[in-house]
Amino acid sequence: MREESKSNRWLTAALLAPTSIWFLLMLILPLIVILVFSFGERSALGGYGGGFTFEHYLNLPARFKAFQNTMTFAPVGTLLCLLVAYPLAYYLALKVNRRYKLILLVLVIIPFWTSLLVRTYAWIFILGGRGIPVLLEWIGFEGVRLINTPGAVLIGIVYGYLPLMVFPIYVSLDKLDKSLLEASDDLGGSPYKTFMQITLPLSMPGVATGCMLVFILLMGEFLIPAFLGGGKVFFIGNALVDLFLQSRNWPFGSAVSVTLVVIMLITVSFYMRMALRNKTGRDESLM
Amino acid sequence: MRIYIISVYLFLYVPIGIIVLFSFNAGRHASELRGLSVQWYGKALSNPFVGDAFVTSLIVALSVAILSSLMGTAAALALQRLKGTPRVLFDGLIYIAIMIPGIVIGIATLVALVTVFKFLNPLLASIWPEGVNPPKLSMGYFSVIAAHTLFTMSLVIILVRARIAGMDRALIEASMDLYATPWGTFYQVTLPQIFPAILAGFLLSFTFSFDDFIISFFVAGPNTTLPIYIFSSIRRGITPEVNAIGTMVLVGSLFLLMTAQFLLRKRTRPKD
Repeated sequence: MREESKSNRWLTAALLAPTSIWFLLMLILPLIVILVFSFGERSALGGYGGGFTFEHYLNLPARFKAFQNTMTFAPVGTLLCLLVAYPLAYYLALKVNRRYKLILLVLVIIPFWTSLLVRTYAWIFILGGRGIPVLLEWIGFEGVRLINTPGAVLIGIVYGYLPLMVFPIYVSLDKLDKSLLEASDDLGGSPYKTFMQITLPLSMPGVATGCMLVFILLMGEFLIPAFLGGGKVFFIGNALVDLFLQSRNWPFGSAVSVTLVVIMLITVSFYMRMALRNKTGRDESLM
Repeated sequence: MRIYIISVYLFLYVPIGIIVLFSFNAGRHASELRGLSVQWYGKALSNPFVGDAFVTSLIVALSVAILSSLMGTAAALALQRLKGTPRVLFDGLIYIAIMIPGIVIGIATLVALVTVFKFLNPLLASIWPEGVNPPKLSMGYFSVIAAHTLFTMSLVIILVRARIAGMDRALIEASMDLYATPWGTFYQVTLPQIFPAILAGFLLSFTFSFDDFIISFFVAGPNTTLPIYIFSSIRRGITPEVNAIGTMVLVGSLFLLMTAQFLLRKRTRPKD
């Protein structure tokens, strides 16, 4: 018996070994390295020059605009996604005929798993000089610019992340005990009251999960502002690409990355605490 | 309500439709539709850069999918036996790997590997026998595959673990009672039950890796993956050729996703 539990332990360790090595070399080590870099001097070629300095953290205001944009567009984009997604999830979970439910749901999820690059690029096409502005010219609005505006970036955000918001909300609405809705109806609750007092509170776990997923992804977004913001609306992600690949200042770039991760961790843990306090701590699966 | 739902679906699919429509453009300019033809598909397929980028993406995505489904499944099986601190530690790492933005993973991997290589290369050169060229470690296939696998492996762990949790324990106990060896039980009872999740994980990993731009952009070194190629072509200007490549990418990932969805539903949906 003793012998068997020992071999079992070896088996567990062996099964976990590759994953552990991966986490160590590809997650923990890189995170430690950028942390160290962020406190180092900048070398002549833009790399790490050793030493210990807070210079890069003090220099963060130089990229204030990128932080400000990210911290504005991420919450606003998340909220817009939620506003567009909720009615759709509600419809899919509670109103639609069983027969079409699955196909309609799959149609929502599919775009999320196809190339965001190609899908965002489609909007350059639509909002660009020969897209919608041409149509607007026909009906009399001349010289409207749509691309490279905050609005274009927001459209891109909603387009890109809508599926990710719909799915968790759908899951929590779908699990909802339908007899509660009937009970409310029988007791004379108006549809509005039923929604506000039963449906909405019970779908909060899904709303919380969806918002968190979209918010996290938006914090690190690069493609949408790069394509649709055209240098006017840029996020931290765009600043990072510039710092690492164009203007080459790795220690400063590392400080920006570390700050991004710290902001994310603070926001997410704050958010989780709020969600838990509202008794919405139930796990919603990602898939 | 119905009008709203229809317009959301239009919002989701019209842009994709436009890309597909304009990829069949017979004209030379991307934004003027002049008759239909498949000439841009021919152009795209015979462009050696597109071919190379496609092959690179394929090699990377296949390696990522194989590695993550093997390692992720092994870890998911082991994690169910693990308790206490190691378990909490692993769960934490999995969530961090999934949560950290791709761009930070790309940057951190780039910085860490460049640093490690700068240290390892002279070391390798010094211990290598005289007259033989020492290997020179640099960014390339290995770094992209490793960085993608970090995320996709965690994804597979979550998928397979959910499947294991939903599994009927009685079957395993029955198999043990009937004196099956642990390996026999695994092969004949556990594996068939978790297989749909593994396969779905494989396909999702493949799709993620094949579509990823930002991580590859930082760590691919001299290699060009298909998304990197598309990104730089778009930067140079929109051509119908890009539309044709984009359409092919969309159709390819759509096909894989349908397969993944089908496999996941087959097992996870209770009988209606």
